[in-house]
Amino acid sequence: MTRTVHETARATKGRDLTATETKTPESPGRLRALSSRQGAAGDKVFSGAALAAGAIILVVLVAVAVFLVVQAMPALLAPQSQIANGEGFWPYIFPLVVGTIIAAAIALLIATPISIGVALFISHYAPRRLSQILGYIIDLLAAIPSVIFGAWGISFLAPALVPGYTWLSSALGWIPIFAGPPSATGKTLLTASIVLAVMVIPIITSVCREIFLQTPKLHEEAALALGATRWEMIRMAVLPFARPGIISAVMLGLGRALGETMAVALVLSSGPLIASLLQSGNQTIAAEIALNFPEASGLSLNTLIAAGLVLFIVTLAVNLLARWVISRHKEFSGAN
Amino acid sequence: MTAIATSRRRTALTRNRLPRYAPWASLAVGLVVGAALSTLVGFNFFGWGVFSAIIYTIVYVSWSGAVEGGRKARDKFATCLVVGAFIVVVLPLFSVIWTVLEGGIKGLLTPGFLGTSMNGVSGIQDNESVNTGSRVLGGIYHAIVGTLLITLWATIISVPVGLLTSVYLVEYGQGSRLAKAITLFVDVMTGIPSIVAGLFAAALFATIFGPGTETGFVAAVALTVLMIPVVVRSSEEMLRIVPNELREAAYALGVRKWRTILKVVIPTAISGIASGVTLAIARVIGETAPILLTAGFATKINYNVFSDWMASLPTYIYFQILNPTSPSNPDPSIQRAWGAALVLIIFVMILNLVARLVARIFAPKTGR
Amino acid sequence: MSKRIDVKDLNVYYGNFLAVEGVSINIAARSVTAFIGPSGCGKSTFLRTLNRMHEVLPGARVEGQVLLDGDDLYGSGVDPVAVRSHVGMVFQRPNPFPTMSIRDNVLAGVKLNGGRLSKSDAQEVVESSLKGANLWNEVKDRLDKPGSGLSGGQQQRLCIARAIAVKPDVILMDEPCSALDPISTLAVEDLINELKERYTVVIVTHNMQQAARVSDKTAFFNIAGTGKPGKLIEYADTTTIFNNPKEKATEDYVSGRFG
Repeated sequence: MTRTVHETARATKGRDLTATETKTPESPGRLRALSSRQGAAGDKVFSGAALAAGAIILVVLVAVAVFLVVQAMPALLAPQSQIANGEGFWPYIFPLVVGTIIAAAIALLIATPISIGVALFISHYAPRRLSQILGYIIDLLAAIPSVIFGAWGISFLAPALVPGYTWLSSALGWIPIFAGPPSATGKTLLTASIVLAVMVIPIITSVCREIFLQTPKLHEEAALALGATRWEMIRMAVLPFARPGIISAVMLGLGRALGETMAVALVLSSGPLIASLLQSGNQTIAAEIALNFPEASGLSLNTLIAAGLVLFIVTLAVNLLARWVISRHKEFSGAN
Repeated sequence: MTAIATSRRRTALTRNRLPRYAPWASLAVGLVVGAALSTLVGFNFFGWGVFSAIIYTIVYVSWSGAVEGGRKARDKFATCLVVGAFIVVVLPLFSVIWTVLEGGIKGLLTPGFLGTSMNGVSGIQDNESVNTGSRVLGGIYHAIVGTLLITLWATIISVPVGLLTSVYLVEYGQGSRLAKAITLFVDVMTGIPSIVAGLFAAALFATIFGPGTETGFVAAVALTVLMIPVVVRSSEEMLRIVPNELREAAYALGVRKWRTILKVVIPTAISGIASGVTLAIARVIGETAPILLTAGFATKINYNVFSDWMASLPTYIYFQILNPTSPSNPDPSIQRAWGAALVLIIFVMILNLVARLVARIFAPKTGR
Repeated sequence: MSKRIDVKDLNVYYGNFLAVEGVSINIAARSVTAFIGPSGCGKSTFLRTLNRMHEVLPGARVEGQVLLDGDDLYGSGVDPVAVRSHVGMVFQRPNPFPTMSIRDNVLAGVKLNGGRLSKSDAQEVVESSLKGANLWNEVKDRLDKPGSGLSGGQQQRLCIARAIAVKPDVILMDEPCSALDPISTLAVEDLINELKERYTVVIVTHNMQQAARVSDKTAFFNIAGTGKPGKLIEYADTTTIFNNPKEKATEDYVSGRFG
């Protein structure tokens, strides 16, 4: 479809050019009539192609949903004794969903305040020249593939965190999430969450920085002219203006953290759901799929696809929630 | 300086302010006390840094609070937190880059690393290289080929679709119900986890061609699902900032709409579109999960995306780390993984720089 | 609460570029002083140096003295934040905080300086400031609505209310009516006339009729050419400036021959 458009464009190129020039030496009337007929056809083809491309997107998304549902159905409909070693689908997926949400939540708990701080540093604290360079660097870091963060997590971060975990479990071991004995390899859910946090920090920072820089100078000056310190100016002018943007940046980060596969698959030494973040155990949906997919076939494959469907629904729900939150803040947003 | 300040008449304007040496003095106190505290729990530089930063903040902020009052102290505290956040971020991110460089340069400089595949390299060769100290065999040629081909096909599919969709959204569908639906769906698509995209492509091809269909093209389709929304969004943004006067000027000359779009609108926005496409490529070139599910696990060079398994740099790194070629001696595999990681990062960085250069060089001259 | 301003030999630089040169001017308390002059002559830049707002612009710095009732704004140990709570400012375009209600907008500066306010005190400040800005009757029923929902003129008066709520000594206005329609402009001009009973008002304006209507004294700034610094050409009673100015350039400008 698209190729025909380009060909038509190339074919009509010469003729149409002469049509726009009024002084054509040879039989202008015939040529112009021809080209305008071709032009009219071109209009139809082109708008048709654009429409078709738009429709393809709808089709693809529907296809994603349909194929996932169709391929997931056998796992949901089959006798539950045959699913996941006789566990049944829902008992199988529940700990994975919990693990996914916990990992993403911890990651965001770490990443959000730090990202906002870094974005503020770049937009309002650092000298101008430095802040431009830092902006570039953050954008580059946001582009580093996740598998590299995963490799770093397993080879550097996990061993480096072991002493910290030992200390945490001895000092705060009475809190269930820090219960010992800590993993000797450091390949725990907390490590995975920290890797996720390091991954999403550049993403959230990059969006926040952009929004902080868009704060109207007028509002910043209004605050300063009232005798506000820099921090008070940020609280009065910058943060309220940027709030919807911060929320959507965080949701973007949450989406990434929920769906992230590689960092968790590489870093986490998985197992059943446990409360302690310092022991190996727990698992996320995405990592579970990646680890088991190569050997899966038949019903176990359907089970993994059903797990993927659940992940899709969870991320979709997060997205819709974000939209709802942002639309609720409209009245007092900087937009009007 | 303080002498002058105190000799001056106190006015409403001169509030008490900290002397200029205050930050340095606080820093000195922080470093000394931090060193003492970290020695108590077992000295290392990391602990020293953490304790020093905390002590510095406490000293500096409470000093300011005592002399200058609460508002100034809060301002200084916020500054400390913001700068602290920056330092906290710089450390791990530089550690990532340092680790890749440190581990990768050795692998990358091994002769034949870029030019050979993993065909015929097994645990035997790796054990031998560890035992005798000979050079590590095996390379990433097949993975580079796979990554380039898969990304190329994903680009070939998604750029026309994405670009035409953005043209539809901006030029044809303004405000129509379909356009609104597409915008919403593109948003939803942006949020699809990459592994779900992989599952979709795998399920699609399994349904059509039977289970176990794993080729480079299936991976390209999976990447397309991830790439299209990025292309649509960036091109849409770029087309929207083309001033309407340009379109109207073309219409007034009697130029048809589709030629106006092809000859006026798109050329004006082309630098932005190209840089957006480049960034989209940079984003999908590092995707691991979708390829893991769709392209299988190859050790041989394969130039045909339509048949047989295909390797790629991200999955190569993943497999080398998770399933070392020689389970008893993982070091050669780790070395190859870091080498591949370095190559992958270089690819991504180059693509990002190219995107910036394209945006800067080919920007329409009138736009400035 | 009104104070006089004395400026001695003030130079303003942007980086190495000398933007305003050698300004000396004495502004009396409880008066309205207008700065007029062609675009780019440095009058807005100079206005900003009176409450150190120029420091927000990258690379801007000053040499010389600005005395507020004898206290140098640029003396050592002076806190720019304190300066700005004594010398308020109203900007060219109305800029209420969009995320705050009308009430919170008025209280924004007060809350910074006073810390906690009891509810009745806050209500009193809001009412007196809005009355002082001639806005009370128009907004008293919707104090909790966002300030950005008001008309342009109302927004600008809200900004003035916000500035006087801090109880400053001086109010600086940087072309406060240039974004307003004639009716709103009139409302703001009436307000300026009332404000001078309690405050020292300095206003930058492009509109010479406005300067003639509202000010007691007028200062004319001019620039010799692009790249040259702006200078204070003449400073006298408004009637003198508009009827028999001493300088040729002033006469040319007020009679509309250039600018």
